[in-house]
Amino acid sequence: MNTLTLWFHKLGSPPSFYRFAHVLRPWLLTLALIAGVVALYGGLVLAPPDYQQGDAYRIIFIHVPSAWMSLFIYAVMAVAAFVALVWRMKLAEIVAMECAPIGAAFTFITLATGSLWGKPMWGTWWTWDARLTSELVLLFLYLGVLGLFHAFEDPRRGARAAAFLVLIGIINLPIVHYSVEWWNTLHQGTTVRILGPSKIASSMLWPLLLMTLATKLYFGASLLGRASTALLSLERGKGWVQDLARGDTA
Amino acid sequence: MTPGSTAAACLAVLRRDLLLAWRRRGDAALPLLYAIIVTALFPFAIGPEAALLSRIAAGVVLVTVLLAMLISLDSLFRADLEDGSLEQLLLAPQSLTLLAAMKILAHWLTTALPLLLLSPLLAAMLGLPQGAYGVLFLALAVSTPLISLFGAVLTSLTVDTRRSGMLLALMLLPLMVPVVIFAAGAVAAAAQGLPWAAPLAFLGAMLALAVVLAPLACGAALRIALDA
Amino acid sequence: MNDYAANPILLEARALTFTRQDERVFGPLDFAVHRGEAVLVEGDNGSGKTTLLRVLASLLQASAGELRLYDAPLTRAAAAGEILLLGHHLGLKADLTPLENLRYVAGLFGQRRGADASQALASVGLAGFEHEPVRRLSAGQRKRAALARLLIVPAALWLLDEPYANLDREGIALVNRLLERHVHTGGSALVTSHGTVDFLAGSPRRIELRAA
Repeated sequence: MNTLTLWFHKLGSPPSFYRFAHVLRPWLLTLALIAGVVALYGGLVLAPPDYQQGDAYRIIFIHVPSAWMSLFIYAVMAVAAFVALVWRMKLAEIVAMECAPIGAAFTFITLATGSLWGKPMWGTWWTWDARLTSELVLLFLYLGVLGLFHAFEDPRRGARAAAFLVLIGIINLPIVHYSVEWWNTLHQGTTVRILGPSKIASSMLWPLLLMTLATKLYFGASLLGRASTALLSLERGKGWVQDLARGDTA
Repeated sequence: MTPGSTAAACLAVLRRDLLLAWRRRGDAALPLLYAIIVTALFPFAIGPEAALLSRIAAGVVLVTVLLAMLISLDSLFRADLEDGSLEQLLLAPQSLTLLAAMKILAHWLTTALPLLLLSPLLAAMLGLPQGAYGVLFLALAVSTPLISLFGAVLTSLTVDTRRSGMLLALMLLPLMVPVVIFAAGAVAAAAQGLPWAAPLAFLGAMLALAVVLAPLACGAALRIALDA
Repeated sequence: MNDYAANPILLEARALTFTRQDERVFGPLDFAVHRGEAVLVEGDNGSGKTTLLRVLASLLQASAGELRLYDAPLTRAAAAGEILLLGHHLGLKADLTPLENLRYVAGLFGQRRGADASQALASVGLAGFEHEPVRRLSAGQRKRAALARLLIVPAALWLLDEPYANLDREGIALVNRLLERHVHTGGSALVTSHGTVDFLAGSPRRIELRAA
């Protein structure tokens, strides 16, 4: 067994994961904050106004990374769900379930910023744009996972049921996306493109990419925090948690 | 047929569910009445103008059928859970996939088939153009099994939870968006005299996959939800 | 009484434990059930008797320990056809008659050679009620209708959860008769009860579960 597999095994043990998360989280959060502030400065202040949309386009610095995160988190959630179901791993169950609220939040931010962008651009708070509509369906998928998880009294059973739902969702996600795209062309004729021309100026690109990094770091920090808390709650009867509560160093 | 063989078990499950539905055949009328009433609400809501109603006819019929099936799906496994027969089903030596498939088939026969036969009436209430009736029937014939199959998998996950009806709606309706889009799209196209086969072919492909995969997923979901 | 100790072991449990949400429901349990043996599982309400039976039937996965059937690990596939569980909920459809319920069970689990559904119902004292929907039967009659399946379905191991509940003295005697016949023909049984019941005309081997 090479060192990577060994490390992964160790990570799966609740006390080790808790320690790992506890140490790593402040770093991720700090880096995320720094990256986020710099990215926002770059996007809101440094980058020039868009040729067509003026200053209103600047919302993409939040909208686009949020959209990417909403999909990325679902993918992470699906991997964790798969591991949870196949290997019945407690930590994987926790990680999968704690991804859901973060993913839902990012999806909501995507929809809200998309709506805010739509108002000055097309004069309406909501357009049935193919991508926004797919995001809306994605939000419902996240909410479904959350709802199913919380409907069970036993969190482990609930996590497994919700994990199954996640996998069903991810298989259907491409179908939903394709059907919404088709529907959009059918009923509107021309696709409304929210992101402007495909070529994007470098002065606009780097804040976007940096913001993407910031959101990823934030996701990591948030996930570690939530998972640690959930782990404590799930393992509350165990010795290592009691030691921790009593203030002994583990 | 020897008792205990796979064929006997499948027939036993199918026969039992059909018999149960027949014993409560009054209940079978409820989804139908629901569909009629909901369809009738639309003219009240948006006015009796014929052109507008006929434009939305395809979509409204499809959504109404979907909602009617949603209501009946929740009880697919619930009664069996409460009287202990679900437990026995899980203990049966035959493949749970096949037995689940039989239950889904019984559900479709007793819930969706009546709705399918009712659909021309619903369409007529909203003035669907004549040329589209055949396509409507075909579209429903392909989409209602999809609703039954997907619905069965999802209702298995919620079999032992409270508020399962609302939860089922939250989980099932997003996944049914493609079905609604393609089915209603096909019928609307037919109503305008445009080609309608492509979306239905796509639904047919989805159905072929679902027929094979959904019963398997349903069995797995039951075991996961009941911690078996 | 049956001398079963010489018979081969049908079911064996080693360090069998079940926990739910970090609370121990039962275990670790060690026991073996021979062919031709009937065992009484005793314990107060909440001591995990029903859960134990469901684990033995492979409806639930044990949290720790080992279960062996015919000296091979107990899997769902191995249990099928060998183990019959009569649970708390009787598994009867209220809208169907006892006869229809039995036909369904036979279709699923098979039928003993020479067994007949009407005869089975008569043996359990439901002659004349075969065509009455279960909904209209009394609690005791429903129990008898559920017990009838013991005469129809072939199974080596019976797991009976509170079989005496809702039965009058005749009903209790019926259950004991069925158990007697079963172990005489080499079958085994695990029976739960929270009252003191003796069957097999003496003291059966007992497993005690203490509430956690």
